[in-house]
Amino acid sequence: MKSNFKLMQGNEACVEGALYAGMRFYSGYPITPSTELMEISAVKLPLLGGKFLQMEDEIAGIAAAIGASLTGFKAMTGTSGPGFSLKQENIGYAAITEVPLVIVNIQRGGPSTGLPTSPAQGDVMQAKWGTHGDHPVIALCPSSVREMFELTVRAFNLAEKYRTPVILLADEIVGHMREKIVVPEAGELEVINRNEPAPRQSNYLPYSVADGAYVPEIASFGTGYRFHVTGLMHDETGFPSNSSENAEKLLDRLMNKIKMNEDDILDFEEYMTEDAEIVILGYGGTARSVKSAVKTLRKEGIKAGMFRPKTIWPSPEKRIKELSEQAKAIIVAELNLGQYVLEVERIVKDSCKLGFIGKANGEVLMPDEIAAKAKEVL
Amino acid sequence: MASALIEKYMRTDKFPHMWCPGCGHGIIMRSIVDAIDRLGWEKDNVCVVSGIGCSSRAPGYMDFNTLHTTHGRALAFATGIKLANPDLHVVVVSGDGDSSAIGGNHLIHAARRNIDITTIVFNNNIYGMTGGQYSPTTPTNYFGSTAPYGNIDRCFDIAELAGAAGATYTARSTIYHVPQMTNYIEKALRKKGFSLVEAISICPTSFGRRNKLGDAVDMIKWIRDSAVPVSKASTMSSDEMVGKFTIGELKNTEAPEYTQQYDRLIERLREEDDA
Ligand code: SF4
Repeated sequence: MKSNFKLMQGNEACVEGALYAGMRFYSGYPITPSTELMEISAVKLPLLGGKFLQMEDEIAGIAAAIGASLTGFKAMTGTSGPGFSLKQENIGYAAITEVPLVIVNIQRGGPSTGLPTSPAQGDVMQAKWGTHGDHPVIALCPSSVREMFELTVRAFNLAEKYRTPVILLADEIVGHMREKIVVPEAGELEVINRNEPAPRQSNYLPYSVADGAYVPEIASFGTGYRFHVTGLMHDETGFPSNSSENAEKLLDRLMNKIKMNEDDILDFEEYMTEDAEIVILGYGGTARSVKSAVKTLRKEGIKAGMFRPKTIWPSPEKRIKELSEQAKAIIVAELNLGQYVLEVERIVKDSCKLGFIGKANGEVLMPDEIAAKAKEVL
Repeated sequence: MASALIEKYMRTDKFPHMWCPGCGHGIIMRSIVDAIDRLGWEKDNVCVVSGIGCSSRAPGYMDFNTLHTTHGRALAFATGIKLANPDLHVVVVSGDGDSSAIGGNHLIHAARRNIDITTIVFNNNIYGMTGGQYSPTTPTNYFGSTAPYGNIDRCFDIAELAGAAGATYTARSTIYHVPQMTNYIEKALRKKGFSLVEAISICPTSFGRRNKLGDAVDMIKWIRDSAVPVSKASTMSSDEMVGKFTIGELKNTEAPEYTQQYDRLIERLREEDDA
């Protein structure tokens, strides 16, 4: 078997993964440290007959991608912190209109222009609560270059399968890191396409589902279905309806299409947790320091383990709860001043001790700092 | 004729529409479908995109592929649709605030790219849906709920703005001059490139009431009396033009169209790859 080894940067792996998943449209606006997503898309897409568009601003970047997705193209937009803030309204739009879309956020230090080229994980709560109103969120956190590839493919798969925007919440560490990866062969990773209605089906209702189902079929503009898409609350026909009964029904379905499919969506990695007395939870680039800290602690005879959510939203609630009942303490390590720890605190309640180590000064968390914190908490 | 157009292009089950009695927007919507009918376009190949506001509810009543987006962003969504699928005829309907305040940046850049989208601006000089706040086209000294002492802003000439930014077809007409307006919309739709028709409308509910312009009929007369054909305007002094606006074709040129340029780029890369 021919091996396909490559030295690749995280952002490059993200675009390669997107192309593997079938991305044929990218629109965005340059911002560090996500810019390579655009630069590489600009090179590759036209070669494949796809379209790349540098828009006039971040808002236009996501808007054009939603428009393209409605014509049946797999579309992606990418950005970093401040640009993610600008895209929020249209993330909500894609959520309520159920348009498949991948939004990549290579996080950087904030608030505001903050630290453009330094790593941070400060958009964890923004990914969940950034746009107004209640809506489901899927956000994936890659920890390595290979995972940038895989989770980008997965982000597209989840977007298409569940008709929803999916956020790839990476950080500058993985975005800019170069690593050797084995690029998957065609067919090695699953690629899911959206569920389109049978051609010329009469009475197509763009927002109607069978009993017990959650995800409606999605037609593309220009294929003979003339339907209406609006960011207003709408009924099964897609036309506005502001009855509270309808609003409740739509929101219930939107929330449940993620909630009821969590078994399919949730993904996490565990390392030495079987007998762990202290579990260190880390995600994205930070998890690499966490793993190293766990190894150090184990050498010193401390039963440490790592829990790494790959789907940070929805959170792997059940597993975190189980770990909190098994371990004496859970420590959350993240590059912010305390965001995901709030979610873990909500889940853990009083089952075990909860510690936190965070940083938002543009530096990464080092393994020995994390190990020291673990010993302090135990 | 009108009822045949309604039958053919309107989602009549969505009527009654939400516009106030006397609102000018329905007249523009009818002109749009009239122009599309003259072109004989298949409904399946037409996509109508709007932002937010009174005018932006029009696509809901029109039986095409329709998209009601976020405030000011219709052109950004439309750009993605058109570039992804250049076979679709993409029409944007927008209000004056939607297109030139919050969406001003998208307007000038769509014009700059000369992407084959036609924008119809329903210009009623006010934010109607949110209750009569002044817009970038509210004339100086006129009133709005946020200009209680008279508006001190100078106003935008949206059609000139689009033309200066690179649109290849721009025109302005009014809901009084319906045959002319329909004509311009048809020419705009035919133009391979970015085109914009500014359709001067009336909002008796917010703009008219606040500025004591009378009822809908009085307002239509006011529009008739304020509109000056461009040819005539060129012979008039700036003093004579105070309180007036021009109607007519303002720009009609040719320039490379964006989606065609993109297809050519793909073609060129294929040829280089084969060579
Ligand atoms: S508020 Fe004005 S623009 Fe809006 S529907 Fe009423 S009359 Fe028309």
